[in-house]
Amino acid sequence: MSSTLKTPVSGSDRQTGYRGAPVTLVEYGDYQCSHCGIAHPFIKRLLAEKEKDILFVFRHFPLQEVHPAAYIAALAAEAAGQQGKFWLMHDIIFEHQDNLNANSLLSFAEALDLDMHQFAQDWKSETLQQKVEADFESGIRSGVNGTPTFFLNGEKVAYDETYESLLHAVEMVGHEHR
Amino acid sequence: MAGSILEKGAAAPDFDLHCTPDQRLKLHDLKGKRVILAFYPADWSPVCSDQMAVYNEARKLFQQHNAEVIGISVDSKWCHLAFEQDRHLHFPLLADFEPKGEVSRLYGAYNEEEGQCKRALFVIDEQGVIQWSYLSPDGINPGADGILEALETMDNGQH
Repeated sequence: MSSTLKTPVSGSDRQTGYRGAPVTLVEYGDYQCSHCGIAHPFIKRLLAEKEKDILFVFRHFPLQEVHPAAYIAALAAEAAGQQGKFWLMHDIIFEHQDNLNANSLLSFAEALDLDMHQFAQDWKSETLQQKVEADFESGIRSGVNGTPTFFLNGEKVAYDETYESLLHAVEMVGHEHR
Repeated sequence: MAGSILEKGAAAPDFDLHCTPDQRLKLHDLKGKRVILAFYPADWSPVCSDQMAVYNEARKLFQQHNAEVIGISVDSKWCHLAFEQDRHLHFPLLADFEPKGEVSRLYGAYNEEEGQCKRALFVIDEQGVIQWSYLSPDGINPGADGILEALETMDNGQH
């Protein structure tokens, strides 16, 4: 129903790209969702091509019952984030989407040279679980009905699984701000 | 497609339908609880699958408001069982199967042309009165934000 983002982007969000950019793109995603896997390189490309125009935010929307590793993957990314490596973990997870389980996630953490003791603690911490659940709830309140769902400056994007639909939305909004 | 869905203030018509091959569920058995009744066109279809997957995950949010979600379509009890098992759904799906669409018609949520339910949502209070309803286009998954807002309005006693 809703097509607007109900929870504004804040400092507690995972953000990458250009701070102060005219366009803030928020994705609600699930690491085990194949459609999010398709969108992942689109986002990378968008951030590269529209470097100064975009701030990108990723919020978790794990559908745990259909994607049994989505929640632990979200926690693993957040735990890596505690050591400043959220986006590196985010990329590795999407690049290995077909092989997500507790063992593979631990091996990604090792490959990123994380402090494994700290990672193991954070991965199971209540604080990070609450963060993932808060992301999910903010998605539900914003009318997210599947993944990925994108909001551009707070408005839902008519994304049709193509790079062009994202680019178009970014350029439309970016244009208004010039 | 004539007719419209029941609206706020109407008594929710009772039903007695299969929720599993050997169990039936009656609305009046749920008095004291809030009920979210989600009519949807068909098990297995992409939009319905996404919608039910979201409600499956949002159950914990609904339960904070003393509400349980129930799906309903004209699919048979065996079809529902297979769909539930495949998608790990943890809430009941009712089979409005025989006479086909009888309950859906009572709620104004039957699509005569297609012979299936419309995509309609009802939030029913503890006394069996509809407090919110919403008809979504068949191809659009309405998500859960409207349901949560309705439940919060009820919490605040604004109904």
